[in-house]
Amino acid sequence: MDHVLAARAQMGTSLAFHIVFAALGVALPLLVFAAEGMWLRTRDRAYYDLARSWGKGMAILFAVGAVSGTILSFELGLLWPGFMRFAGGIIGLPFSLEGFAFFIEAIFIGLYLYGWDRLSPRAHWLTALPIAISGPVSASFITMANAWMQMPTGFRLVNGKVTDVHPFTAMFAEPWLVEVIHATLASFVFTGFATAAVCAFAWLRGDRRAQVVAGLRIAMIMGAIAIPTQIIVGDIIARFDAEKQPAKFAAMEAVYHTQRGAPITIGGIAHADHIDGAIKIPKALSILVGGNTTAEVTGLDHVPADEHPPVFLTHLSFDAMVGSGSALLLIAVMWLVTVVRRRELPRWLGIALVAGAPLALIALEAGWCVTEFGRQPWIAHGLLRTTDAATIAPGVDIAFYVFSFIYIVLAATCWWLLRQVDGEARP
Amino acid sequence: MTPLVGVALVALLTIVLYAILGGADFGGGVWDLLATGPRRSEQRDAVSHAIGPVWEANHVWLIFAIVTMFTCFPLAFADIATNLSAPLSFALVGIVLRGAAFIFRNYAKVASPFARAWTAVFGIASLLTPFWFGDSVGALATGRYAWLSPFALSVGVFALVACAQIAAIFLTDEVQDERLRNDFRRRAIGATFALWIVGAIPALIARFAEPSLFAALITPRAAIPITCAILLGLIVALALHRGAWQFARIAVGAEALAILAGWFGAQAPALVPGRITLADAAASDAMLTAFLIAVAAGAVFLIPSLFLLFAVFKGPRSSA
Repeated sequence: MDHVLAARAQMGTSLAFHIVFAALGVALPLLVFAAEGMWLRTRDRAYYDLARSWGKGMAILFAVGAVSGTILSFELGLLWPGFMRFAGGIIGLPFSLEGFAFFIEAIFIGLYLYGWDRLSPRAHWLTALPIAISGPVSASFITMANAWMQMPTGFRLVNGKVTDVHPFTAMFAEPWLVEVIHATLASFVFTGFATAAVCAFAWLRGDRRAQVVAGLRIAMIMGAIAIPTQIIVGDIIARFDAEKQPAKFAAMEAVYHTQRGAPITIGGIAHADHIDGAIKIPKALSILVGGNTTAEVTGLDHVPADEHPPVFLTHLSFDAMVGSGSALLLIAVMWLVTVVRRRELPRWLGIALVAGAPLALIALEAGWCVTEFGRQPWIAHGLLRTTDAATIAPGVDIAFYVFSFIYIVLAATCWWLLRQVDGEARP
Repeated sequence: MTPLVGVALVALLTIVLYAILGGADFGGGVWDLLATGPRRSEQRDAVSHAIGPVWEANHVWLIFAIVTMFTCFPLAFADIATNLSAPLSFALVGIVLRGAAFIFRNYAKVASPFARAWTAVFGIASLLTPFWFGDSVGALATGRYAWLSPFALSVGVFALVACAQIAAIFLTDEVQDERLRNDFRRRAIGATFALWIVGAIPALIARFAEPSLFAALITPRAAIPITCAILLGLIVALALHRGAWQFARIAVGAEALAILAGWFGAQAPALVPGRITLADAAASDAMLTAFLIAVAAGAVFLIPSLFLLFAVFKGPRSSA
């Protein structure tokens, strides 16, 4: 394998693996905090059991998230020394702050998991709060570093040398706020629907204990709030990209030529210069971007061919994200209708809720793919190409196979163990 | 004080804390692997009990060290990560498997084959990380990134034994049962003597194979802390013999600090001897200053939280 491809494959695999645990690390503590809070309020044993069982899951997922995150921090140097040499001294600040947020998470997770017998019930409950806050904060700092890669700022290049560095400006690169909101909501969407799916699965198998019903409700409240908000934010980001990152937007929407009255292109096989077999909704993209049927949409022809993102992958990821996100919205609406009508959960909706987990996983992974494929061929947009940032050290391909194997083992073990933990909680 | 000095102090403190706290957790894994005798499972329980609540927090010192390195010394970070990619990757495999295996075995059914398998992984992975980090430090000190040199490998062995020593002493102090305490005390004394022996080996190798490194090691700013470390080892052994567990704990911390001070003294102001100095590799003053502001802001949250963690789990009443 070519060393740049090996480096990209390893980084991609590592991120695809870690993002699942990171997303759960962001939002699961809030579910735990809610469940334990409900227990303190109502003294209903079901909430206590729920908090204990979610807490065990959180322990396992957090540990795997912590070690897989460590892999990434090493890989920044092991795979992308060219990028770190260039960017470390510009964009290190959010990483440093993330270090502190991660510290708070790790400290309070220790207190939470091992503090059941050592702290008063109220104090124990409160130790979940710093975890629930520092998780999203930590992920936000990492997303801010990503925002800089999309639109680098906070320095000047003089004769190829970086000078006049403003770390606080670099930290707040233009897309930072939309990216942070979008990534945080993605974590809440994924965690809400994935947790609800676990409860719905138990429910379908005839487990009607109060903790299953309560767990499904708490998790779906999270999912049902997060998904419509996320779709609104997604629309804002699409317009942001159309204006500020036109090459990425053009690849997402498979717009090859700058045009007025551009259609929305759904599906199809996107080639470098045309798309086959796509459904087109005439003028819809112009309406979405500019508010009228004749608004101009910038196409890929706006940038030189060697600066095009991979259209096939970016467009496919975008469709997968939007498609699964819309399906999740539909599930949330159907669930809400059932709750409002005070009906018992119908079996078909239980099945739909279980399907919510893979859909939410697709939305999470595909969304991340959109932003990262859409940034290519740049690692720092307009400044440094991905190919120029990769390591020259030997053995990257071997490392890729070794770490991929480790991820498979960890994922399988996690899956198996979480099912055990879930099973133990049943009488 | 220039920002560079401030950042260098933060970096050194981070390395010291990771070496002692993170090192003790890896050392705990070594004793888990070497658990023997009639109290074998109690020894393992003691290890789990001691590192369970704190290992993730202790691990963050490593993350913070890496972040400090690439934020403040990006040139050195890129150079080291390129040239030491092999030993660092091996250490990383150890980190991943140790952490995952620890949590997997702790949440598995006791005495299941699953738990036994992951217990073995936990122990073996705990050997990898201290050894390969030690090797990386040794390789760095050669100035040639000679990570397969006898010197680097001997530093790896030394680091592994040092972690085992720290862990054995912490465990001696933390367990309640007298017989269990005696198990760990014997291990602690053994490890302390072993550390003298494996400490002499890199010194001898340096004498014959690494002349410039040896010259740096016998300058006062390296030789004085190293001498202190040897003497502190004696004090540790004495404290263990006399049953002064808490004193032994402090003394072994001081010993680890002295060893690291010897390394820093031999290298400073070079990050990679003969190749890169701190000043060469440093990011702009604006970045270093911003980093120090971030550290000050972060410390406001970190210090009370750490205090709480250690007060709850490692304080005087914690074993009640």
